[in-house]
Amino acid sequence: MLDAAIAYNRYRFLGNEFLTWLWYTLENRSQQLEDIDADLSALEIGNRMVLENRRGEGLETITIKGDDAGLEEGLVALKKGALVSEMNLVYRSGDHTWQFNLKGESLNISSFRTPETAGTQSTEDIEGAVLEKIFLYEKVIRFVEAVFRHFVRLRISEKWAENTTPQIRRWINKTS
Amino acid sequence: MGLLSQSVSITRYRVQGQLEEPVLDTIAAILKRHSVMDIDNDAAEKSCGWTSFENPFISDVEGSNHFFGPYLVFSLRVDKKNIPSKILKKHTVIEEKKRLTETGRRFFSRNEKKLLKEAVLHSLSLRTLATPFIYDLIWNYEEGKLWFFSNLKAANEELETLFSESFKLSLIRLFPYAAAEHDASLSDSERDRLNRISPVNFTGQT
Repeated sequence: MLDAAIAYNRYRFLGNEFLTWLWYTLENRSQQLEDIDADLSALEIGNRMVLENRRGEGLETITIKGDDAGLEEGLVALKKGALVSEMNLVYRSGDHTWQFNLKGESLNISSFRTPETAGTQSTEDIEGAVLEKIFLYEKVIRFVEAVFRHFVRLRISEKWAENTTPQIRRWINKTS
Repeated sequence: MGLLSQSVSITRYRVQGQLEEPVLDTIAAILKRHSVMDIDNDAAEKSCGWTSFENPFISDVEGSNHFFGPYLVFSLRVDKKNIPSKILKKHTVIEEKKRLTETGRRFFSRNEKKLLKEAVLHSLSLRTLATPFIYDLIWNYEEGKLWFFSNLKAANEELETLFSESFKLSLIRLFPYAAAEHDASLSDSERDRLNRISPVNFTGQT
């Protein structure tokens, strides 16, 4: 097994490729995500996306933010060789909504908001409130883990080079 | 950022290894042994240790509940004293002048100045209250999963160091490659293929 610091740097592209593939899948094959998580009603791109272009010299970062922001600039950046490095996602299940940022480099989750909970009135309520929150966090974390596992299996399969990469290339070139 | 907050950040870890049975007693004893030390009346500038989730400002974890259903929930507390450099400089100059007068000397050597600065820092630390920083964590012992409620690099490093010292278990941060590598469902040949992957070029241009 590789040293963690070496592995982190050598394969840091893996998380950004995952988020780029996730954007493509959301736009073109969202049924795949529903097959992974039967409770998922919808997954949408939220109010923020960051792309990084490490091709050539230096690092170029493109940030798109705002509730109604268009993603055209993101597609132009993809065409120039950028990858998605951070994405705000909205996960819906039934009447409930979760929203969070997912970072490609680390798979860290930030600005994570779950559906409203009842809150705590007394110390006796704390255990119930904690367990309810854990249940709500787990819903999205298990989803992210399952989608990432699906991506890794695809990424190391022959299908990746034969089908997925050409499909993503066509999507990038068609839409910009 | 507390786990009951409206908006949280989570870093995911995998915990490898087993604790001595009975596990719950072992964990409670370890949390007590490595609980945070109050340094408000001490010259120490920093203290790092475990506290209970429900009473993070009370450094004694004896009798605290750490078990919520199948989950262990407790907090990492880092107490830090922040002495502004200008205050340190002011008091060092005052002390230096005072000692020069007392000794009748005209100047101190570089080493004497260094020792004097350390003495002033020690004295200021005794008079300064520490600021507590609290980070919650949830540990599913059976599944070997741990969520730490911060993405801050320094806080994660404190967690990794203290967890390793306290529990003597391996704590693996699940960044993308590590998450893929630790996926138990991958076969050996799939793991080999994972190790050989290189960045893909989606533009189709060289």
